[in-house]
Amino acid sequence: MLDLISDYFRALYENTGWNFVIFYEQYEWDRFVEAIRVSLELIVSSLIFSLIVGVVGAWAQGSPVRAVRAFMAGYIQFFRNTPPYVQLLFFFFVLGNLTPQTDMGGYYEPMISNFGWAVISLSFFAGAFNVEIFRAGIEAVPTATREAAESLGYTRLQSYIHIVLPLAFRISLPALNNNLVNLLKTTTQAYAIAVPEMLYTLNQVWSDNVNVEEMMIVLFIYYVGLVAILVYGMHRWEMRMRVPGYG
Amino acid sequence: MRGIAPWRAAPVPGLGSGLGPGLDGSAATTDLPVLLPPRRAATAPFPWPTIAGIPRLAVPAWMVGLAFAIFAGSVGVAYAQTGTGRMGLWEAFTLWLPFIMDGFRLNLVISFLAMAIGTALGVLLGLMQVSRIRPLRAVAWTLTQFFRNTPWLVLLFSFMLLLPFEIVIGGRIISIPGWTKATLAFSLPIMANIAEIVRGAVQSIPPGQWESSESLAFSRRQTLWMIILPQCVKRMIPPWMNWYAILTMATPLCSILEVREMVKSTREALNALGDPPEFLAPFYSFILVVFFAYCYPIARWTISLERKYAVKN
Repeated sequence: MLDLISDYFRALYENTGWNFVIFYEQYEWDRFVEAIRVSLELIVSSLIFSLIVGVVGAWAQGSPVRAVRAFMAGYIQFFRNTPPYVQLLFFFFVLGNLTPQTDMGGYYEPMISNFGWAVISLSFFAGAFNVEIFRAGIEAVPTATREAAESLGYTRLQSYIHIVLPLAFRISLPALNNNLVNLLKTTTQAYAIAVPEMLYTLNQVWSDNVNVEEMMIVLFIYYVGLVAILVYGMHRWEMRMRVPGYG
Repeated sequence: MRGIAPWRAAPVPGLGSGLGPGLDGSAATTDLPVLLPPRRAATAPFPWPTIAGIPRLAVPAWMVGLAFAIFAGSVGVAYAQTGTGRMGLWEAFTLWLPFIMDGFRLNLVISFLAMAIGTALGVLLGLMQVSRIRPLRAVAWTLTQFFRNTPWLVLLFSFMLLLPFEIVIGGRIISIPGWTKATLAFSLPIMANIAEIVRGAVQSIPPGQWESSESLAFSRRQTLWMIILPQCVKRMIPPWMNWYAILTMATPLCSILEVREMVKSTREALNALGDPPEFLAPFYSFILVVFFAYCYPIARWTISLERKYAVKN
């Protein structure tokens, strides 16, 4: 891959001074590829965990136990109305400080890495929005459908999993799309706790090579491209999941 | 009828729950398995309590309790860990509180300025999006999509690193402080999102209004300024406030680039205290509580305005 493009970008640098060093030097290229891997891993795992938080949270929100509902409302309001960046710092510095460290023979390694804390923090942040989105979807499912499930002997959990959620999910998809795009953009904040994702890595690259403009262009293209792919994928999914007569 | 969702307003006789409309406490109009429109934010009590027509910004008691519990809990953790011979937590906290709150003031200044600039540019861009000139629409669309879809932190980095730290105008050197650049960087995503709000609001006005004003000999510009936009203002206020809250919650990001706002000043304060690990929890949760205390009432107010201005079909 690098062999194919390296000549072009080396010539570009020699002729115009535009230094896209990541596209012609092996070391920087490896860094760049690793950054893609880490950032995609971060994005995908936060997406998945935030969806899990959303689904479980929306179920808990309809709980008959008052305390559970109050806890969920508190969680949602707190995570929605505080800065995600400070949440990340709080998770990493405060809770990371309290979690036990494992002895790795001579040095100590925290039980949860900075990558782990980034995933946890981002999932809870986006999850708070997902809960609200799913709840709106669940409320749009006709009561009669739920009652029909009940009369067929489904328990609350069974009817949630097999009847309500598949319908609610389809209704929620457009709003979910927005929130997931937002989550994707928020993953850059993991920079603050030194997770080597794209922004962090390119920051190192431009510190080493003094080519801020070029790396900025790469960053813009990378993130606008990722968002475009996500939006396109979600749209396709929405089309495929469509049930005739619903929504 | 204010406050009752339009689709629940009129019970259909004979389709009630068997108890008759209103008797069972629910206002459902039909038992047929139709898709109910999604209801937003069921957690908000309605009607919003008002004093002389102004929404009362009181938060529910348990919410205040939650904020205090988080802060007090972290203080408890700190006390449990404090060794002897160090400065006590309260002493350190009260000593550095003015410095930290000074940082929060910068957060607010940045949020006000970025919102003002972003709104002015965003209205312009939004109107460009509904323009009749095709290339103008294309440019506006591209700008909007670009700034909506790039991460704020990337924009912040590019502004901090690519803008000069000083400019020379007529032989005088004017230095540009970091927070000014951060303000400009924040105003761009706000601009793009306000543009979307404006475009959405203009397009949500029924086309019949354009047609009838045309038949009354209004020009396109007159229609826009005298008929369409005045109606848009109301429905733009709630999403506009929502974006203000999002912006405020994004301002701590500029601490990454050494702007001394609240997070940065808290870290400096902790540094000056010698970074005692037991102080981390109370200091960081204090930032969370302050932002919560500022943003939560805005969120509630937004919800109440949203319901008040909801279009009644």
